[in-house]
Amino acid sequence: MAVKLAAIFFSMIFVDNYVLSKFLGICPFLGVSKKLNSAVGMSVAVTVVMVIATAATWPIYHYILVPNELEYMQTIVFILIIAVLVQLLETVLKKFLPPLYAALGVYLPLITTNCAILGVTILNIDNGYNFAEALVCSAGAGIGFLLAMVLFSGVRSRIEEAKPPKCFEGLPITLVAASLVSLSFMGFGGIIEAIFGV
Amino acid sequence: MFSSIMIAAAVVVSIGIVGALILVIASKFLAVEEDPRIGQVQECLPGANCGACGYAGCADYAKAIVQDDAPLNKCIPGGQSTADAAAAVMGKEAGATGPARKAVVACQGSADRRGFKYAYEGIHSCAAVNMLYSGPTDCRYGCLGYGDCTRVCKFDAIRVEDGVAKVDPDKCTGCGMCADTCPDKIIHIVPEGEAPMVFCANHDRGAVTRKNCSIGCIGCGKCVRTCPVNAITMDNNLAYIDMEKCIGCHACVAACPVNAINLPRHSVGYQAPAKKED
Repeated sequence: MAVKLAAIFFSMIFVDNYVLSKFLGICPFLGVSKKLNSAVGMSVAVTVVMVIATAATWPIYHYILVPNELEYMQTIVFILIIAVLVQLLETVLKKFLPPLYAALGVYLPLITTNCAILGVTILNIDNGYNFAEALVCSAGAGIGFLLAMVLFSGVRSRIEEAKPPKCFEGLPITLVAASLVSLSFMGFGGIIEAIFGV
Repeated sequence: MFSSIMIAAAVVVSIGIVGALILVIASKFLAVEEDPRIGQVQECLPGANCGACGYAGCADYAKAIVQDDAPLNKCIPGGQSTADAAAAVMGKEAGATGPARKAVVACQGSADRRGFKYAYEGIHSCAAVNMLYSGPTDCRYGCLGYGDCTRVCKFDAIRVEDGVAKVDPDKCTGCGMCADTCPDKIIHIVPEGEAPMVFCANHDRGAVTRKNCSIGCIGCGKCVRTCPVNAITMDNNLAYIDMEKCIGCHACVAACPVNAINLPRHSVGYQAPAKKED
């Protein structure tokens, strides 16, 4: 069991990285990766919301939607739940952890409409994970997002210094750099099977 | 079949209601007291979120005024009245905002004054057309006339007529969004007053300018010699008037052989046709 959880966790970080392999959550990846601080803040917020959203959506799917044969409603229901959760999290943080609230700032409401969050909750269901596996998978996805953001903010700070051709300045060279980082993550393919033997 | 729709609707609605209840309860019991003055100050501000004050938007500026003691006279669109209103809320002195500033377009080259080197049929945007040989008109420097400034203006104060952007001084608040957007950087934010301006951005040699545009600055230097206070200098075939030194005698306006120097409110790019137009 522990081996399987570890395999899921590390494969979400390296092999099935949400940003670099599944291309989910590209908007914050390109939008907030300019500075290391905001990149880390956004990633931590995403990780927290991913885990909480999975903890809320998995039971609702299996104990409310499945008995009523409403599996096809999962997208709408999940969007609803994630929106409520993020709002609630924002209120709670504002009350009890004002410094963290100020640090996350505008990123928290942005997460409401982040495809990576909806993606992780739906893929957890599609992969047939049980509750523990789903939670570990979400945490791994969040950490993977953090890793991609931190790596890429380093790449971006180098791009700022570089002098690309004028037509490549700004977003184009950023996209080229993102694709190279994504390519480098393909090197992790197969590593999980080799280490954990699953 | 009908009952399955009803069940689906009922489940989604009940999840929504439960979520709403949780949020209502949370906002009731976990509400954080905010300084009521933030909302009051924000109501004084124009709400355009133009960013001319240096903050992210009107809400951010209001917060900075109340919490960080930010100066009250930073709002350029609002001007003195906004500063006074915000000062009344805060119980402080507003401080002077200076004369009102307005955008002016330093180009008078309407379609009948300039020739065209090609017909453009691409994306309707100055930034795009500027990449193609600096625009379709013969003048490389002048207004492109595809209205990037119009689209960015939050006050509906600038529009393109006859190939040149025109500013409506009554609506313009001087926030500078158009000046930042213009790919040729020919929109200037100047204090409203009697000082004349060179309504041309062309750095070509005089003969070239003359061929390309009938109202462009040809760099003859007559205004430099005419100016009694030496406020005008010649920068790379284009006259430049130092607003600090200018005394508003308008000798240069009369002297200019091509009518390139004008008062903002008389220029083609601002309001009515030029006053010396024959």
